[in-house]
Amino acid sequence: MAGSSPVVNKLRGVAALVCFQGIGEALVYFSGIPIPGPVIGMILLFAALQLTCTETPEWLGQTGYFMIRWLSLMFLPACTGLFFLPNIAADQWLPIIAAMVVGTLLTMVVAALLMKKLMPARAQEP
Amino acid sequence: MKSWLLLAALLALTGIAFAISFRLYQKFKAHPAIQALLHPLVTGPLLVTGVLLLCGIDYSLYRQANSPFFFLLGTATVALAIPLHQQFHHIRQLASPLMATLLFGATFAVISALGIAWLLGATPETLVSLAPKSVTTPIALGIAEKVGGAPGLTAGIVVFTGVIGAILGPLLFSKLGVTDERIIGFVTGICAHGVGTTRAFEISSRCGAFSSLGLGLTGALTALVLPWILLWFF
Repeated sequence: MAGSSPVVNKLRGVAALVCFQGIGEALVYFSGIPIPGPVIGMILLFAALQLTCTETPEWLGQTGYFMIRWLSLMFLPACTGLFFLPNIAADQWLPIIAAMVVGTLLTMVVAALLMKKLMPARAQEP
Repeated sequence: MKSWLLLAALLALTGIAFAISFRLYQKFKAHPAIQALLHPLVTGPLLVTGVLLLCGIDYSLYRQANSPFFFLLGTATVALAIPLHQQFHHIRQLASPLMATLLFGATFAVISALGIAWLLGATPETLVSLAPKSVTTPIALGIAEKVGGAPGLTAGIVVFTGVIGAILGPLLFSKLGVTDERIIGFVTGICAHGVGTTRAFEISSRCGAFSSLGLGLTGALTALVLPWILLWFF
């Protein structure tokens, strides 16, 4: 019965993910913690998987990777907001852009070099 | 009735813009440097913005029409637990380098942004709006509201940071000679949150799992610590 057809599998997977999303949103709503509901849902699903199974059930894995593959489609409306920023004083543009571009790239370089240095030799990529 | 049709059309606009930008992205597979700049997260929003400006439609209406995508973004965030679970034995082995990189990277991201902006004459309000730039949008908005930043500005800054990190990060890592997917993933997650994680999953699911971890940990750490520091300073 379980895992009979791909459609049933997908529906089961989506139902499980939405369930955890809902639990996360509810927890945030009632507790007022400043972390987004879906991030709490992710932590709870991770905990549930760690506690119950070593192998991810196929129906869940399939749906999960399907969702992840199309993440950039789901990000598209949010990213469009970038072109509709509120009015900012003209002299603030340079500091903002410089901080975003230079600050982010600098952080990536320094953090990557640090992590490379800290990686244990035996766990290094073959 | 008519407004219902408009909302449906604005929802379809996202799908069409994505299909076009995704095709374009695939066409440049042979030229990685050009391909990186033509990522669907760059060309897609440009297309949508063009159409909205041409038709004189407000972003808030477009955003409302696309609320299904905002919901699915949350569902996909939950799904990030799956690669995290599957890669956890690799992650546990590396607990101490990961923690050290997290603490250093998340702190450095805030300090470098504030330092650069301050040197170039940013006002206190701009500084507060910039501070949470490397954290996933909902957390960043919560922080900005708490300490008196401008939420609209913070949302834009966060997305732009994510796009910069996701697009230029992989090019930067290859220049630096960093080829380890675990480093690429984790650092991208720390600096470029969900947008960077999307890019990391295109490299491999292992890279994506490390990026999800970086995103989740940076979000939690920043949400817990940054508001106190900012309130203390400003």
